[in-house]
Amino acid sequence: MSAIQPPAETIWWKQPLDRVEGTWIGIALVWSLFMFFMMPIWHIYGKQNLSNEAYRTTPQAYMAKTQAMVNQYTIRTETAANLPVVRPPPGSDVYLLGRLWQWWPLLELEKGQSYRLHISSMDWQHGFSLQPVNINTQILPGYEMVMTITPDTAGDQTIICNEFCGLGHHNMTGKIYVVEGGQ
Amino acid sequence: MSNELFRACPESGLQFHKPAELLMRSNAVLAVVILLFGGVMALLVTLTRWPAVHLLPADRFYQMLTLHGVNMLIFWIITFEIALLYFCSSTLLRCRLATPKIAWLGFALMLTGIIVNNAAVLNGDASVMMTSYVPMPANPNFYLGLILFAVGALLGCFVFLGTLVIAKEEKTYEGSIPLVTFGALTACIIAVFTIASGAVILIPTYLWSIGYINNIDAAMYRLVWWALGHSSQQINVAAHVSVWYAIAAIVFGARPLSEKVSRTAFFLYIAFLQLASAHHLLVDPGLSSEWKIFNTSYAMYLAVLASMVHGLTVPGSIEVAQRAKGYTNGLFQWLRKAPWGNPVFSGMFLSLIGFGFIGGISGVVMGTEQINIIIHNTIYVPGHFHATVVIGTTLAFMSLTYFLIPTLFRKQVMLPGLARIQPYLFGGGMMVFTMAMMGAGTLGVQRRHFDMAFTDAVIGFDYPASAYTFMGIVGISGVAAVIGGAIYILVTVLSVFLGKPVGSESSYGFTTSTLMRAEPVAVPDGGHAAAGKWGFAAPGTFLLAIFFLAIFVLYYAVNWKYLASVWPMS
Repeated sequence: MSAIQPPAETIWWKQPLDRVEGTWIGIALVWSLFMFFMMPIWHIYGKQNLSNEAYRTTPQAYMAKTQAMVNQYTIRTETAANLPVVRPPPGSDVYLLGRLWQWWPLLELEKGQSYRLHISSMDWQHGFSLQPVNINTQILPGYEMVMTITPDTAGDQTIICNEFCGLGHHNMTGKIYVVEGGQ
Repeated sequence: MSNELFRACPESGLQFHKPAELLMRSNAVLAVVILLFGGVMALLVTLTRWPAVHLLPADRFYQMLTLHGVNMLIFWIITFEIALLYFCSSTLLRCRLATPKIAWLGFALMLTGIIVNNAAVLNGDASVMMTSYVPMPANPNFYLGLILFAVGALLGCFVFLGTLVIAKEEKTYEGSIPLVTFGALTACIIAVFTIASGAVILIPTYLWSIGYINNIDAAMYRLVWWALGHSSQQINVAAHVSVWYAIAAIVFGARPLSEKVSRTAFFLYIAFLQLASAHHLLVDPGLSSEWKIFNTSYAMYLAVLASMVHGLTVPGSIEVAQRAKGYTNGLFQWLRKAPWGNPVFSGMFLSLIGFGFIGGISGVVMGTEQINIIIHNTIYVPGHFHATVVIGTTLAFMSLTYFLIPTLFRKQVMLPGLARIQPYLFGGGMMVFTMAMMGAGTLGVQRRHFDMAFTDAVIGFDYPASAYTFMGIVGISGVAAVIGGAIYILVTVLSVFLGKPVGSESSYGFTTSTLMRAEPVAVPDGGHAAAGKWGFAAPGTFLLAIFFLAIFVLYYAVNWKYLASVWPMS
């Protein structure tokens, strides 16, 4: 009987497996397990893993920490809006915030150095997308995400918002400059 | 059982319960109307993302994108699926439908919900995308419409389950329910889980929007909402895989290779598909890698295994049926001699290929915890899900429609020439469209984004020229697919409302007999492996499956290599 009719044999679960099905199930199962174990293996041997470090926060508390960093390490301002460009020391905690509709402040980091990058949102959900290196994470209000990044390419990176956040979403951008050490 | 309540379809041998028939027709017609509406939005969105055209202003674009998402991903598909549930229970089991009045109440609630939700978005204060991520506020009616629709759909699920009970009670079939009904049951169970999750998150969000709750946690919202958002797409997977099996049975008289394997694969969907919520949270703060890895892999990829099994057994059953009919030359004569001019078959086969090769592979790759870092929220993501939901589900439903027109609606399929090319135009267009989106996404082009040129941004960014080329291809192939969709609607509407009845003398369009082979194929002597090669009943299908796996492995490796090139992070 075909698939739109009841099975011809009432005890259908005793019908032996076809070789074509059995073979394919075996191959597919091995592949599935391989893909599963790839993820923990990459945590051990790979260099690109998102940290599990995150904290609850509030927009006020996070703003205060970011403002303190901006006050201490601003080296210049850019654009007509006088956006601060901040160059924190290598290895330090760097604070970036997303709000309607900008990433603030602009950052200048040294190539080859590691930084603890904190990101949070002041209002709605945002998406942190660093281009052209292509690193993407979700940014939520009330949560402070911390990841250690090591920029290994010099040059300009643009932060683009890639979670829809209202009418100005497509204008929400920011900048990370990566410079050679000592410059 | 009074006979005037039932109508036998002489050509197909199917038996329709008249109250159920009217419900199926109404749900199917409503679904197609929504598809038309969502299709207009699809055209507007495509023409805006095509950089050379950039049709709409920003606010309209986001509004139309919201409408397109909600109408296509939720309203069109679920409404069609309700019709499908009634078909798979009442018609396939030759049983009266349980409580038609409750089913009509469900239909009314769904229709009301659709109107309320769409009106809120059209009003201009609910352009929040289908996901409506808090704390971005929307007009309360946006959530209310979704809730009403979900309650209506839930009633439809209960009517389906009730019909199964009646069929068993009244012994309208012997032994077990058909495989296709089993697949529909899988879809129904996942639907109940999905709708419950939707209620858990949308009801508080509605109360928040009218001021009774003062805060909804953004991370919690995402976790629970995606148990609605992703699981609703898993209803589609179960439903369209059932449709594949149904069409293999309808067109070829194919029987499942083994009931045991196919049913176990459906069961794996029930057990693991709901974990897919995690696919959307892989780069979210506040969740551990252990949680992400277990859930995103559907528990060690057992649900992916299920899809890989269906991907073999559906074409495998067709191959066995064709070989039994004498197409035994070489590995692929069975496929060459398949009825490629029959849109019921061609649409189904393109759906299978597109879902597996494009949607399936890309879904697993981007659902890998670390690889998601280079893909999350880029236009790669809609590239993936247009391959699963549009090529997989929508195209499968379209091809089934060509069979339902003569059997359920008793009309000939009008414009058969156009109907013949429709699956190729729609499916082919969408295949190019989805792969171009993935190409652009790999270059960092964003989804849900009005302006990839950043014309008005304080800080601009220049995508490489190749990204613009990909988005141009997205525009052109998207328009081709929209034309394919328009042909489907034209053929369906003309046939249903103005078509000639199937019984009439002049056979202008397709009728059941040209679309269907009602008799199941007999198993040849020595079991069905006898007509194959190497002891395999379906050697050609096996070779195709190995080809699929080779592409899968290669593409998986390429993406790890790409990931290894980005900044070290931990």
